[in-house]
Amino acid sequence: MQFFPFAVMAWILAVGLYGIVTSRHLVHQIVCLIVVQSSTYVLLLGVGYRRGAAAPYFYDIPVHTPAVDPVVQALALTDVVVEAAVTALLLAFAIQAQKRFGTLDPQELVQFKG
Amino acid sequence: MDPLLALATVLPLLMAASISALNIVLRGQRRVLDAAAIVTGAAVAAILAVITVRTTGGDEVYWFAGFRPSHGIAIGIDFAVGPLSAGLACLAAVLVAAAMIFSWRYFERVATYYHVLMLTFLAGMVGFCLTGDIFDLFVWFELMGVSAYALTAYRPEERGSLQGALNFAITNSVGAYLSLAGIGIIYGRTGALNMAQIGRHIARSGPDRLVVVAFVLIITGFLIKGAIVPFHFWLADAHAVAPTPVCVLLSGVMVELGLYGIARVYWSMFGYSLGHRAVITGTFLTLGLLTAVVGALFCFRERHLKRLLAFSTISHAGMFLSGIALLTPLGLAGPAISVAGHALVKAALFLCVGIVLHRLGSVNETWLHGRGRRLRVTGVVFTLAALGLADLPPFATFRGKGLIEATGSSHGMALISAVFIVCSVLVGAAVLRVAGGVFYGLGDPPSEDPQMAAEASEETSETDEAKQRTPLTMIVPAAVLALGGLAAGLLPGLGSAVQAAAMRFQDQAAYNATVLSGAHVAHPSAVFPPEPTGITATDLATGLGSVAVALLLAFLALYWQRLPLLRRGFEPGTGLVQPIRRFQSGVVNDYVTWIVIGVACVGGALAFTIR
Repeated sequence: MQFFPFAVMAWILAVGLYGIVTSRHLVHQIVCLIVVQSSTYVLLLGVGYRRGAAAPYFYDIPVHTPAVDPVVQALALTDVVVEAAVTALLLAFAIQAQKRFGTLDPQELVQFKG
Repeated sequence: MDPLLALATVLPLLMAASISALNIVLRGQRRVLDAAAIVTGAAVAAILAVITVRTTGGDEVYWFAGFRPSHGIAIGIDFAVGPLSAGLACLAAVLVAAAMIFSWRYFERVATYYHVLMLTFLAGMVGFCLTGDIFDLFVWFELMGVSAYALTAYRPEERGSLQGALNFAITNSVGAYLSLAGIGIIYGRTGALNMAQIGRHIARSGPDRLVVVAFVLIITGFLIKGAIVPFHFWLADAHAVAPTPVCVLLSGVMVELGLYGIARVYWSMFGYSLGHRAVITGTFLTLGLLTAVVGALFCFRERHLKRLLAFSTISHAGMFLSGIALLTPLGLAGPAISVAGHALVKAALFLCVGIVLHRLGSVNETWLHGRGRRLRVTGVVFTLAALGLADLPPFATFRGKGLIEATGSSHGMALISAVFIVCSVLVGAAVLRVAGGVFYGLGDPPSEDPQMAAEASEETSETDEAKQRTPLTMIVPAAVLALGGLAAGLLPGLGSAVQAAAMRFQDQAAYNATVLSGAHVAHPSAVFPPEPTGITATDLATGLGSVAVALLLAFLALYWQRLPLLRRGFEPGTGLVQPIRRFQSGVVNDYVTWIVIGVACVGGALAFTIR
């Protein structure tokens, strides 16, 4: 495991969280949530990476060739599916907010507080 | 190797997929969909009840597609099931069945996706309870999460619905991704995803700072789902706007599943090797007690009935976490019993509020004052469930809370009992005040808080117009659930059975052997040294006393305006809660800030003490 991918992961996570906290526009906020999730892709692929190893398709390479970890790739793929579902749903909420209340500012949608 | 375990998740998923596929044929055939969902919920509940009873003899493991572990290395994905996990999943299925029966007459029109989402929600909750694989835990977590977000925004006509659903979805997604980051780290560290194998690996190589970081990240998602202060803000916003049958599931079982996740992760992977039990107990006990107090204070001052019940859920979640934090079998048995009792009475209360909304078209306590007198049966059921929520003996809530308090006292933490009594009194007084004011017209209508009035005026009824009769399909589930909460507390031998199950739940070596070696480890039949699980006269007196104080407080609140002597110095707007009210700002940006602060504090507390 190298240090660099994890520094990148931490940076992406921090940037995404900063974006969610400061955002005044729902679509922007949802994209920032995607950025937060992207940090997990970097982490997962970084965990499974091996320098100089082949892609894990044992079709035309010898069986004992070093390969990168296929498990994390499967995890990242599942992660993408989850992200697609969450993002689609959140964007649908954003569309409803724009259609019915004419605003995409999370602060203007507030009905309940205190 | 019993496919019955897999069937508990496959059945609702298959049904959800069939309903979606047959959407064109089934459109307009509402009763077919309702019946299919009810039958599925009941069938899953029955399957899980069988599994719960069967696993009291010993945990069971199911390997999907028969990929059994070889030489202690898990190749496939498993369900590892004990009585606590199966029991919790069974509770979820019971509540889904009850919520679907309630929905039979509740919605005038209902879209197909309502049934589909309820069924995927059920599958997510059951899978989350049963799985033995850490990545699958995340996937089931997201399945129940996404279903719940969509169900919360089922009626997007109201500003509050979108606010609640967005706050719910964004905070919980951030939590889920932090959990996933933790899972990635733990995989990098151990090369395993099976919880038993991860636990064995960490136990052999010893924990380091990275393992602690992974632990904190993984439980962050569960702390958010479990509505623990300062991660709790989303809950009240979401519960206030979700349709009533959905509230039953959110409050009754989903929040508790978050806390179950913490317990599962801790005892299957970290408990044995992490050590520093005093630090872990201290950290989580602080969080739990803080949550209990904050939830109770907010609950007492709330006038929006659904939000009132939501804040009481936060308070109870804090109590459950306090019990788990004690890290003893009796400490875990307490929340296990309490969760069941709380889920049943809380579901009954939400269903009664749903009936009020159906009949009278409002959930504003001020407006409703005295208007519920016509709803006699609903009033009786609500009062019964309210007494259960106030921990009246012999409700299951009372027995569970008693176990936590007894464990706390025997460990020299009498503070727990004191905090619990205050919280029970406040929460009990709030719901009993509603019962007295709304259903019996006692006292005066509470003074109108302008902000509450503005919130309540936007509240539109979930059913189209106020109805003249309460359908049986609405009142019967509520009554059965409330009586179920009472009956669960009367079960003989419940305390020792749950304690044995809790002991097994915390035995990481036995979990490892069952999962990785296929060994059958019988559950401990007797607990040594035997800890008190019975109810003593002192417990009974304390329980009855706290309910009496709650009743008194409820009456004081109802007749407040006629008590000028007491009112002096307690004018509205100067309450205890006023300074912290502004933290509940309703804006998701602030909530995510709190999450970051919370993770930093919890992570800091653990990372600098555990090395």
